[in-house]
Order: sequence, then structure tokens, then C-alpha cells
Amino acid sequence: MQGNTACAEGALAAGCRFFGGYPITPSTEIAEHMAAKLPKVGGVFIQMEDEIAGIASVIGASWTGARAMTATSGPGFSLMMENIGFAVMTETPCVVVNIQRGGPSTGQPTMAAQGDMLQCRFGSHGDYSIIALSPASVQEMYDLTAEAFNLADRFRIPVFVMADEIIGHMRERLMIPDSVHRGERKLLGKGNLPYQADDDLVPGFPVFGKGYGVHVTGLTHDERGYPCATSPSVHECLVKRLVDKVESARDSIASCDIVNPDARVVFISYGAPSRAVEQVLHDIHNDNVGHLRLKLVWPFAESLLSRFSNAETFIVPELNMGQMAREIKRHTNRRVIPVPKLGGALHDPFDLAALVEELL
Amino acid sequence: MTFDEWLRVDRLPHIYCAGCGNGTVINCTLSAVDQMGWKKEEIVFVSGIGCSSRAPGYIVTDSLHTTHGRAIAFATGIKMANPDLKVVVFTGDGDLAAIGGNHFIHGCRRNIDLTVICMNNMIYGMTGGQGSPTTPRGALSTTTPYGSSEAAFDLCGLAAAAGANYVARYTSYHVKELTLAIRTGLGNPGFSFIEALVQCPTNYGRRNKLRQVSDQIEYFKSHAILAQKAERMREEGKKIPDDMIIIGELARRNRPALGVRK
Repeated sequence: MQGNTACAEGALAAGCRFFGGYPITPSTEIAEHMAAKLPKVGGVFIQMEDEIAGIASVIGASWTGARAMTATSGPGFSLMMENIGFAVMTETPCVVVNIQRGGPSTGQPTMAAQGDMLQCRFGSHGDYSIIALSPASVQEMYDLTAEAFNLADRFRIPVFVMADEIIGHMRERLMIPDSVHRGERKLLGKGNLPYQADDDLVPGFPVFGKGYGVHVTGLTHDERGYPCATSPSVHECLVKRLVDKVESARDSIASCDIVNPDARVVFISYGAPSRAVEQVLHDIHNDNVGHLRLKLVWPFAESLLSRFSNAETFIVPELNMGQMAREIKRHTNRRVIPVPKLGGALHDPFDLAALVEELL
Repeated sequence: MTFDEWLRVDRLPHIYCAGCGNGTVINCTLSAVDQMGWKKEEIVFVSGIGCSSRAPGYIVTDSLHTTHGRAIAFATGIKMANPDLKVVVFTGDGDLAAIGGNHFIHGCRRNIDLTVICMNNMIYGMTGGQGSPTTPRGALSTTTPYGSSEAAFDLCGLAAAAGANYVARYTSYHVKELTLAIRTGLGNPGFSFIEALVQCPTNYGRRNKLRQVSDQIEYFKSHAILAQKAERMREEGKKIPDDMIIIGELARRNRPALGVRK
């Protein structure tokens, strides 16, 4: 199955019943598959007039209690940024898939890149935190998309599936499980104020149409959901909670594969470059070469770095100029070597192997 | 009905300036909704950004106060995902016709079952009186200090041409007609668009020789002309002055609607 199709199938298995979006290469197969499948399961597919409207419709649908998603690539992702901030501020669960292509601007529509890794974390204005997953196989397009809905409902945030053109368009064998784990969206408890958070810092969700009578606004709001845009303490308290509810969970939600934790030279990768790294480890066959493959990229769990106690060097191959390498450098005193790759082609395993041999 | 039943009285006083026309439109809307006999939990008010868009925050139903210009796109998602909900959009001329213009015409084209009520004050009120897409040619604003040199949008003409099932225009002077038009729009499947011209004494009237609230209401009264009368005048070959406001029901038809439970 193709990666993009697997993404759509994973969403359907997770109970996604609303897709609003706009066609864009190289993500379009996800919309096409949802257009074909959603009506058959009682869901709604709607092609909106642009990506701004796409994410807006998804947020609207989410407030009716539906699991809702959109899929896009760089230019559409840029257009979505304001409403992604709205989803953060109003604590609206939703899933945004980005099949990354070469940017900036129209760039390389049919070629792979990982140039939006910082944009998905910081692209909307103001301080906030989100979760981003990065599949490295067709199987993970299915599995991680399904998991994205659980995380979105649990934390009431937009969750990003940050794939790329290679993973989106590659074809591999896919094992479809009998069922996928489906977490529930915690509902607002009777007697609780709409934005009164529980111990997990996440308030219960008041579904529209159920008599909650809730006001939802992108303005800074108090626990009643009422606009309160000029009180410094209300704003500080709200924004800190929006950040803390995600960041305080970063170790518990971390998801990765670790190979050779005692190694001296350790690759850190996510998405398509992981395939090249796996080839290198396979070819070299040396316990001094390790691999940390992130499935969950944001929030970055720095505690994962300390799992490699003998590591002298981290090598970070990315299809960008070193976006996650910058984050990794922030968290370690050990040497970090970014291996940027632009243009759409994957890293050559021979080049990565040569680098490792220099270091050993 | 009592308005207290529909309003979040714990949020009063509201943010509107003394003499603002938006309150009239909110009153007309709540009267119309009340006459429909709908339960409060069935109704969702949606809005964008601007003075008009603060209205849902004062109403007790579920409401979504969204980003600038995008209310119709958000409302489309709500209505498509749950067609049992009655979805009403409050918007303004800047929100609807400038930044949200594309969502407006596509909402009309889809004929999505929403009722969209535009409080057209011909100015950006919230940000202090800049020119909007409906600021009349020649009118003064902070960004048209020598008079606007652009033509104003005919919002109803746009909605009718783009395919909305129901289109009507009144002003804050025409309270009974406006209430009836909103009620008709609420009951009409498909996209219903009701434009209500409203006075903005603070930011429009003050700069355009309509300083008193009553000046602008009088202006609406004296410059309004019923669509049927305008049509008769056209047939008789009479010219309708450019500054006249054509009011009444401007489109009513039964094109297939989206977001209606089959």
C-alpha cells in the first residue's frame, strides 16, 4: 500500500469521521482516499476553498465531538498557521498531516523534505506547545496517524503527522491490525467550568449541541471561557498551562527506537532519513554505532539522549539545514554533527558510513 | 420572550459603544430565533473578528468566536459534521467582505445551510475607523482621509449571484422587517444571507456628518428604497440615485442545500 493511503486508512481505523482540506502535492492521495471512504462509514469529506478554510472546517467539526483531520504540504501548511494557533488557544483536538516537500515557497512540489519541522512547532504566533509524530514507513503512516487522534483527544491540541514525500509515496507491505487502540476524549464534568483544568492540566471537552452552553474564543479567556484579554495574570496562567500540559508529559509520551545504547557514535533520525541510517547500521554491523529513531519528535524528550551514556558524537541526518540538530545541540554537551540534505534525494548510506568510519 | 433568558447577563456590560447599531441586530436575531421555537442547545452562534463578532459571547447558547474572516469556514465544519445543529453566523463588513470574501462566496455557492447575518457599519469599528470594502465612495475614515476612492461592495448582489438561497437587506431602522427577514432566513434551507446596515456613531458617523445616532438612523430611513419600488422605477426608466439603499428580499429560491439531513 502507498504511504498516503495507509495514512488515510489509519485515520479511518481510529474513527476519524471528518476530513476538510484542499488538494496539494504530495499529500493529495490522502484527501482522495478519504473522499472515497468517508461517505461509506457515515463520515463527511469536504473539499474547502483553501487550506485556511480546510483547517477551520476541521476545528468546527471537532467541536461537534467528531474526530477530524486535514492533510497538506508546505504552502498549505503555511496558510493554516493562524487557525492552528486558534486550535491551540481553544484546546481543539485535531490532526494535521503534512507530507513535506521542498521549500521555501512553491519549491519542489514532488520532492521530499523535512523543512517544516520548526514551523510545526513554532509556526503560529505566541507561545504554545504541540505534539508532532514522524513516520518512517508505510506501516507507521497507518499506526502513527491512528495514534495522533488519541494524543489530540488526550491533550486537546492539534497533533501533527510530519511525514515527507518519500514516505507518503512509497509502497510497502502494511499489516492492518484487527482494531487500533482508541482513547476517549474526556468530556466536561457536570459542575465544572468549561476551561477549568483537571490534574492533567487538560479541561474536559464540552461538545456542542449537548446543552453545555459554552463560549469558545481565541481571545485570552478565563475558566468560564469568557474573554479576559487585559488581565496579565489570566493570560500568563492560561498560556503556561497550554505549554505545561504538553511539556510536562514529554517523557511519558516519548516514542522511539533505540539500537546499540552503548555506542560511541549515535545517529539521531526521524522520517525518511531513518531508512538510510538503518542501511548504514546493517552494513557496518558495529556495536559502537547506535541509532535513536524518533517517532515522536515534538516535544523533544532530551532524556532520550542520556540513554546513550557512552556517546561521544551524535550524527543528525535531516532533509533540511539542521532543524532538529539545533534542538538536540541545545540539550547536550556532546558533539552534534548535522548532516543536512536538500534537493529531495535521500542521504546516501555510503556517505553516512564514511562519516562514521572517520569518527571511530 | 425576555432577553435575559438568551443573554449571558453575567457578562454585562457589553463592549459596544453608546448608540451602536449592533444591539438592534442582536435583538432582532434573538427575537427571530425565539419565534422559531428552537431549543437553546440546538443552536450554535459562530463569528469571526470585529465588533459584530463579539455578539455570540453575550448569548447563552454554544458559540465559537473564531479568527478574522473565517467564521463561515468554521461554521461549515460544524454544520457538515452535525446537521442537527442550527448554525447562525454573525459577521461584519470587514470580516465578511474583505478578509473573508472567499469563504463568503463559496458558502453561497455550496448553499450550505447557515444563516449569516452581516452587521454592515461600513467601517472597521474595533480598530478605530479604517475604510472597509463597504465604505461608500467619498466617505471619510482614518485610512481614507481624503474620501474613499474605491467603490463599495454590494454584499447582497454578491450573495445572490454566488447562489445563496435567501438574500435580504434592511437597516437598523427597519426593526420589524429585519426580524422577519432573519426569521425567514432561519427557516429557509440553504445559505441565508441577511445584511443589516447599522450606525457606528463612534467611528463612521462622527467623521461623516452623521454625528448623532439619530442622524444616521434618519439617513437610513430617508435613503432606503424597497426592491420592488426600485424595480418599478427602473422599468419606468427612472434613475435611482447612487446613494439609495435598496432594501427588502433580494433572492428567495430553493436550490439544493448542503448540510441538511436527508
